Order: sequence, then C-alpha cells, then structure tokens
Amino acid sequence: MRQLTTIAMDGTVFAAILFLISVGLTLVFGVLRILNVAHGGLYAFGAFTATTLAMRLLDLGANPYFTYLMLLVAPVIVGVIAGPLIERVFLQRVYGRAEAIQLLLTFSIFLILDDLIKLIWGTKPLFVSAPYTLLGEFSLSGIRYSWYQVVLIAVAILFGGALVWAVRGTRIGKIAVSVINDREISQAIGINVNRVYMGSFTLGAFCAALGGALIAPTIAVAPGFAVDATVLAFAVIAIGGMGNLEGAALGALIVGLLRAMAVHLFPEADLVVIYLAMIVVLVIRPQGLFGQVELRRI
Amino acid sequence: MEAKRLPLAPAVGGAALLLVVPFILPDWMKFIVTLAMAKFVAVLAVALFLRANLVTFGHAMFYAVGAYAVGFSVKWFRIDDMVVLLLLGALLGAGAAALIGLVMARYREVFFAMLNLAFSMMLYGVLLKLYWLTGGTDGLGVGRPTFLGYAPPREYLRDFLYYTTLGVAGIVIYVVHRFLASPLGFYLRALADNEIRIEYSGESVRRVLYVTYIVAGALGAVAGVLTAFTVGHIVPEYSFWIQSGDFVFVALLGGYGSVVGPLIGSIAFEFIRTYASKYFPNEWQMTLGIIMLAIILFRPGGLWAIYEALAARVGRRPSEGRRA
Amino acid sequence: MPDESILRTINLTKSFGMVTAADRINVEIGAGELVGIVGANGSGKTTFLNLITGYLTPEAGRIFLMGEDRTGLPPRVITRLGVARSFQIPQLYTNLSVLESLLLSLAAKTDTGAGVWRPLYRQPWMDEGVETLGRFGLEAYAHRPVSELPEGGRKLLDIALSFALRPKLLLMDEPTSGVSIKDKFQVMDTLIKVVEESRLTTIFVEHDMEVVQRYGRRVLAFNEGRVIADGRPEAVLADPDVRKAVLGRV
Repeated sequence: MRQLTTIAMDGTVFAAILFLISVGLTLVFGVLRILNVAHGGLYAFGAFTATTLAMRLLDLGANPYFTYLMLLVAPVIVGVIAGPLIERVFLQRVYGRAEAIQLLLTFSIFLILDDLIKLIWGTKPLFVSAPYTLLGEFSLSGIRYSWYQVVLIAVAILFGGALVWAVRGTRIGKIAVSVINDREISQAIGINVNRVYMGSFTLGAFCAALGGALIAPTIAVAPGFAVDATVLAFAVIAIGGMGNLEGAALGALIVGLLRAMAVHLFPEADLVVIYLAMIVVLVIRPQGLFGQVELRRI
Repeated sequence: MEAKRLPLAPAVGGAALLLVVPFILPDWMKFIVTLAMAKFVAVLAVALFLRANLVTFGHAMFYAVGAYAVGFSVKWFRIDDMVVLLLLGALLGAGAAALIGLVMARYREVFFAMLNLAFSMMLYGVLLKLYWLTGGTDGLGVGRPTFLGYAPPREYLRDFLYYTTLGVAGIVIYVVHRFLASPLGFYLRALADNEIRIEYSGESVRRVLYVTYIVAGALGAVAGVLTAFTVGHIVPEYSFWIQSGDFVFVALLGGYGSVVGPLIGSIAFEFIRTYASKYFPNEWQMTLGIIMLAIILFRPGGLWAIYEALAARVGRRPSEGRRA
Repeated sequence: MPDESILRTINLTKSFGMVTAADRINVEIGAGELVGIVGANGSGKTTFLNLITGYLTPEAGRIFLMGEDRTGLPPRVITRLGVARSFQIPQLYTNLSVLESLLLSLAAKTDTGAGVWRPLYRQPWMDEGVETLGRFGLEAYAHRPVSELPEGGRKLLDIALSFALRPKLLLMDEPTSGVSIKDKFQVMDTLIKVVEESRLTTIFVEHDMEVVQRYGRRVLAFNEGRVIADGRPEAVLADPDVRKAVLGRV
C-alpha cells in the first residue's frame, strides 16, 4: 500500500514534468504539422536562462522569493526571441516541402542550440536550489517530498487548463483551430495564416522554455539533458495523439506512472517500459490515443 | 528521368582513388575512410527510405544489431571471422527487420519516424541496462578479425579491413543500384508520390515498404559489423537516436538521390567530425547543423547535386568558348 | 442461372452521416457494354465507383464481379481481379517519367508482384509501354517527367495507366473534366476508339450530358444516390425527371 502511494506520487510528479515538457511540442505539431526536434533545445535554453537569472538575482542579494519570478521571466525571453526567429527565418522556408526535409531542418536547429548552450554557459552543470528548497518538505507514507513538486503538479494542471480554455474559448484559439482544419479556407476568409503560425510556434517555444525553467530547480542543468527530454516528449505525444492537448496530458500521465512503477519495481526496465508503451499504443492505434485519422479523398 | 546510370568517368576515377588510398594516406586517415565506408552502408539504407519521403530516426537499431552480433559472437562463441560475421549480421538484420517491418510497413510520415525511434531507443535501453550481458556503458571489446580463416599480421590488418570494407561497399552499391532500377525500386519512389495509384495498379504498398525495410535492415547490420571490427569497441550508443540522426544527416549531405552520393557524404562527414570534434568540441555539432541548414535551404540535392551542377557547367563551357 | 455479367450490384448502400450517397443501387453490366453514368455533382457517381472498386465499404448490399461475390475486398485485390479505374483528379506519379509510370502498371501485372532484381526498363515492357502511349497520343512525352504533361495529357495518362493493366472492366471517372470544351470530343474520340478496339467493357462517369449522349450505348442516371433511369441514351436523356435532376431544369 505504501509502495502504491509512492508510485502514485512519483508518477504524478513525473507526469507533471513530462506534460510541461511535451505540451509545447504537441501544440506546434497541431498547428504547423511539423515535429519540432529543436524543442529539446528550447527546453534546455529555458532551463539554463532561468537558472542563470536566478543565480544572478541571488548574487545581488535579492529576496530569494524573486527567483520564482525568474522562472516565469526566462521562458518569456526565450520564447519571444527564439520563437519568431526560428519560425520566420527557417521554418517558413520549408512549409509545404517534403516532411523529411522539415524534420531535418528542426534537427539541425537542435544541434545548433545544443552547442550554443555549451558556448554560452560552458560544460559544467549549474544548479540553483533556492526555488526548490524554499518551500520546504513534507512527509507522505514515510517518504519525504518537496512542496515544490506539488507546485509543479498544480502548475501543470493550471497551465494545461489555461491552454485548453485558450484554444476552445478564445477567439484566437478558434482561429488557430480553423487554420489547423483547413489552411486554404482560413486564408480565403481573411485569416492571417502566417501570423497564426508564428504565434503558435512562439507559444510552443515559450511552453518548452517554461518546462525547462520549472524543472531546473529540481536537477542540475547540464548540456545534454535536452536530448533525454526530447525523446521523452516524443514518446508522450505519440502516445497521446500528436497535436492534441488532452492527449499530451494523458500521455504524460501514462508515461509518468509507468516510469514510477518501473523505477520502484523493475529498475532496469525504466527506459524500456516507456518505449514499449509507445510501441504498443502506436501499433493498436497508430494515431495515438486522442489523435485523428485523415482519409484521403479521391 | 531515365534510369540513372552512374556517370562512368567520375565513378571509375573515384573507385581508382579509393583503391590506392592505403598507399598514399597515413594510418589515421585510412581509419577514417574505412569507418566512413562502413557507415555509408547504413546511410544508403536510410537513403532508400528518404526516396519514399520517409524519414527513419531509428535505423541505428540495425546498426547496433550488427555490431553486437559481432560482440557476442566474439565473446561467447569465439567466432571472429569477418566473412562469417558479415553474413550472420546481414541475416540477423534482415530477420529483425522482417519482424519489425510487419508493424512498420503500416506507417508513414512522422509516425514512421517515431515508431522507428521507439524501437531503437528500446534496444538502447536494453543494451544499457543488461550490463552483465552487454557490458552496459563500458560496452564490449572486439579483437582482430580473421578473413576466411586467415589472420593477417598486425601491420596489414588496417589494410585488410580497408579493402574488405571497400569491397563490401562496392557490392552494396551494385545491389542497391539494381534494387532501385527494379520495379520495386521504382515503386518505392512512387510511394512518395501516390500510394492510391499503386494500390489501384494491383501492387501492395505494404509489400513494397516491407521488402525495402528488410533490405535496409540487412544493410544497417552489415554496417554495424564493419564498424565493430574497425573501431574495435561496441557501446549501446550504437542504437541511440543521435546515431540515427547522423545517418539521416549524411544521406542529406551527400545527396540521397544517387547511390554514390551517400558515400561522398559519409567520407566528408567523418573527416569533418574528426577535425571538428578535436579542434572545436563545443562547436562541431553546430557546424553540422549549419551545414545541414545550408543544404536544406539552398541545395537540397546535397554534395552530389553540387557535383552534378558543376559537371553540367563544365560540360557546357567548351561549346560556349567556340565562337567565331 | 449462371451469372454472365461483368458487374452486378444488389442493393448497394452507403451513407456518410446524414447523407445517403448510395441508396440501394441495383445495376447489371454485361460484357462488352459501353455505359455512361450521368448525374449532378453529389449524386453518388464517384461513390459508386469507390464502392465497386473497394475504396469504400458498403453498409449493405453485395457486389459481384464476373459472377463472384467480391464485396468488401480492397482496391488492390479488385484490380487484380480485372477491374481498373481512372480518377476525377488524375492520380499520377509526379516525379517519374510518363513511360516509367506506364511500365509500373505493366510490372504490377505479374503474378508475384513487382520484382527486385531484373530492371524495370526491359525490352518487351518498353515496347508495349510505348505502343500503349501511342494509342493515347502520348508517345512524344514518354521520357518527360509527368509533371510536364498538359492538363489533357494528365487525364489521358491516368486512363492509360489503368488501361495498361488490360482489365476486363474499365471505369473512367469524368474523363473530360478539366479538359477545355474544344478538346473534349477529341479526348473522348481517342478514348472510345481505344476502348472499342479492345472490346473492353467500359463504364464512364460524366456530368456532361452531351458527351454521354454521343458516346454511351447505355446510360444510367443517378440522383441522390439512386439510379433513376437506365436505358438507351436518347430515351434516358429525354426523360424530364432525368433532365430536372441532372440539369436542374426540364
């Protein structure tokens, strides 16, 4: 029973992290129909930026509670700079081209971002623990957890909810959905598709960076941690259905719980179990749990 | 549009050059070219999929299958014969592909890429964690191979490896060339254009993809066998998605529209990587990324297309000069 | 009584949500017939073709080809049974050459499926391919990329690719749509000539009544998923109900 609680708690925390990592990726795919391999790089940029800003702040002697502000400011900076830059300068040129090319384009950007991080921040790991330790810990079934982890879960739920509301409830969201469903008709009725694309990608970049920023206080950020996150994000959205927000949540939950189970019960299988789940889901339902199939009209 | 015959002069020239490399280049360069030719075989497999507008981010799994086949054979069965292991590797690669292909042939586009990724990362996880079997992150060491029973003296081992790899690369080029000139090869290209027309011709798209997948799996494993012996050390990273990404990158760099393009791309890539990672360890990935961006945005045909464009211009010049 | 028809459908039915695209269609086509199907847009003509070639599965009803029940089989199998079909929007291999596209049709006819070792470009196939292209007036484009074909040529190639399969039943979906008015009859003349020379059972779908009148020996009129008339062209096309449904006026 105790183990069940531990697994449930661990799984949920991990799921929250996964959701924050993946939601941006699925959003970009949903609107632009492009799988952004560079997503992991933006995530890492968010983490590093947030960490550095927080560290500077603490060096300057500011109130440690301001580091939380940095966790929100950093992703905005990254999103607003990287988003339009990548979308306008690079992505735009491969719309409509073969998918292989689009994938390779984002893969190249990933490689560039990965090295940029090394150039800007060096290769030594960075760690700012203030946001994490500041909130203190509590005990559950004899295991100690941090309140920060609970905050992560809360943020994931709130943020996910906000996104869903934004897509379903707001005018901008409905415009985006219109573009998703039929780009040509959207253009014909006067929607500025280019701006929707840029906005969506920027939002996706922001989400990626936000994920990185929020996770940064829990681990030491080092070059290369983007790589793991990228592949996990792929697995989550593939399972949930690419382009689907609820799917990302469900996928994150599934992967999170599975990983928690593996870590506590079969530690050697913790990597394998995630990919096995991905394969099982994709074989039974190729479009993912909440994904949609398109039948070509002839 | 007609069946592209390999332009004769450069092909002969290139082959001649490769034949004499061991006599003119220093050892470490020989190593790089050997490695490049070994990996080229896997890149060619990836190029096959690219022709059908399919990207695989998981071909490293077959590469790892071949490499670990060598590792296990050497470690447990004391089999270290190059020819035997090449055949065994090809068989295992084809077998694995035959199994996975049953699932894979149903998918396209991003899902094809992702599912391949998933399988390869699963293999990576297994190779990493079962350390008592695979040596985990330490990997397996592979000693010197024999060639049909003959154990060459140490000074000539590099050359033997070089010529074997060259020979295998040559055979592979021939086989793939015929494959692409066959009906199935053309159907593979047609797959990128119009699957409906294929089905309405009575041919099965799944079958086309399945057969290609098996061929590609065998090629990937052969590359793994050659690399295992060349490098002498096998690690789980052979199955990592970055390795798959490298294969795709090289296919793009060299130009996946031709059979020889990937070879040029592979050699270029290995040299760039050796120099760059030595002198610019923090920038060489970025260099790769920038080169790839440049190719995608300006010359999608890769190095081969650049060469073809140059060759066409050179061909035109004599007639331009002839003005009375 | 042995079924000697080439195609027979019994109560073929298919709906998409609220729309009934095929409503208990009963049709029998005999060998050697040249049948035109006419109807307004959305009357179910293309759905009918999609159903009998297996691209769509009917909700109810059966499809018999050459006397055997073939309901529910996929297009690939139906094609191998001798039914070939061309499309409203030509389905072509845009990155191959015209001849290569045709060779692929020929290569698909082998029993074991496309081979992997012997080349696509082999003499007997090339001869047959060029000859077939000639029948459709496309031999000049043989080595050009498909993307260079003019609109009418694309239509003709689409039909040629199906014809090359030497089917027992050829279905043509709007063979003259997208073709300019002055070329329409030229294209149809070519097509009908080819089809009659081979004595191929043919069904062609058209919304141009003039074309159907001139070339069809029998006409089926579709409206809202049902066959509302079936008979000789003059009779069917003079029928006021048919004219109202197809043209919107009597």
